[in-house]
Amino acid sequence: MSDPLVVSGVAKSFTMHLRGGLRLPVVDNVSVRVARGECVVLGGPSGAGKSSILKMLYGNYAVDGGEILVTHDGETVDLARASPRQVLQLRRNVIGYVSQFLRTVPRVSALDVVAEPLIARGHDAEASRQQASALLDRLNLPHALWSLPPATFSGGEQQRVNIARGFITEHPVLLLDEPTASLDAQNRRVVIAMIDEKKRAGTALLGIFHDEEVREAVADRIIDVTAFRPAREAA
Amino acid sequence: MSDQPLMTARGVTKIYGERIGCEAVDLDIYPGEIVAIVGESGSGKTTLLNCLSARLAPSAGSIYYRMRDGRLQDLYAMGEAERRFLMRTDWGFVHQNPADGLRMGVSAGANVGERLMAVGERHYGRIRDTALDWLERVEISTDRIDDRPNAFSGGMRQRLQIARNLVTGPRLVFMDEPTGGLDVSVQARLLDLLRGLVGELGLAAIVVTHDLAVARLLSQRIMVMKDGRVIEHGLTDRVLDDPREPYTQLLVSSILQV
Repeated sequence: MSDPLVVSGVAKSFTMHLRGGLRLPVVDNVSVRVARGECVVLGGPSGAGKSSILKMLYGNYAVDGGEILVTHDGETVDLARASPRQVLQLRRNVIGYVSQFLRTVPRVSALDVVAEPLIARGHDAEASRQQASALLDRLNLPHALWSLPPATFSGGEQQRVNIARGFITEHPVLLLDEPTASLDAQNRRVVIAMIDEKKRAGTALLGIFHDEEVREAVADRIIDVTAFRPAREAA
Repeated sequence: MSDQPLMTARGVTKIYGERIGCEAVDLDIYPGEIVAIVGESGSGKTTLLNCLSARLAPSAGSIYYRMRDGRLQDLYAMGEAERRFLMRTDWGFVHQNPADGLRMGVSAGANVGERLMAVGERHYGRIRDTALDWLERVEISTDRIDDRPNAFSGGMRQRLQIARNLVTGPRLVFMDEPTGGLDVSVQARLLDLLRGLVGELGLAAIVVTHDLAVARLLSQRIMVMKDGRVIEHGLTDRVLDDPREPYTQLLVSSILQV
């Protein structure tokens, strides 16, 4: 059986047209393979392109070249060449993503933000909200906040909403961009336990964790992204 | 996800004398998806919307629409009566200025009920009940049902226009700057309402806006227009977070951060 996520030869650069077409190479020849039940961690200093890699794997950034093969139910799709509608379908059913920051929508409650990915997949709304409650409870988000839109929450509270939203579904591939960055020790341990459960359930995880304790606890392998540093081009 | 597009447009071009309104635009829209058309004034987005919604015959190109029975129909080859029926029942059109989409001299209830009567509903009690239900859904107090929209605030008028459009259960809704001209707090409420209704009803929508935040909140796909042409299109978050074209980069970098 193919691994759920196989990335090979992916390259990314930004061309800044407002800066006279300045080209900023970000990464080159990114190759990563994540097996079922494995948690692979992207390591390396800030600015090395770790978040950019996750964004490409989620279809949020376009790629200059290479392949991002995602396999689900025996079907393999190259996300690097997928149409917008295919990417949306992959996001709904296959690839989950916990971003660093929650993008809030006015007037939508924390509970509904968390339940939404399940409801979008056709699950019963009430049952989805119950599952969302259980997750928010586990992540120690005060009950008083559940019915409020998260726009005014603290960084740590927003992050827990974001984690709950990312973990509520059973997506076979999960991308994590520093999910524990603004959490206290107790909640970090909750997230470590949740990641362990995902691994046991066979989810392929690829993440960025600056916190050493979390990284040690969850990583099966660490890939140093400085290996994907682009060659300096001649101007 | 349905794999048959609801509407397929190819090479849509509109020339006004010497001037190009829009040129060579291709678009497929699928059931349940929202596509935003963004660009600055004069970029051709409203011209394109009018062509797609059978309100302005293009100079060249073709637009096909999948009828409820599954037939693919050439929009500009169908008879006037059939096109009118489509516009009154299967489509909605939300204008920037609610006065263009409402009848200002008749009651709120009649504004909603009128579209129902156009699809053959004759029972007064049922029409009134449906109108009440829709006023509630767009957050207009039901005791305003007998008031005329000229007594309503701008935000209420816009919500009433939305109720009038959605009451017949359309499959495709065209929106021209639906939040333009509204106060920011009113905009947020309207956007949230639109987002909820569109998701709940599984509508497809084509939304013209110059506001990239509106596009991000409502749409899954985006088309960026400049000088009548589509210069970049794709997933909304991809285009806004990783814009490729010089003009898109300019638009995105011109947003003021709060």
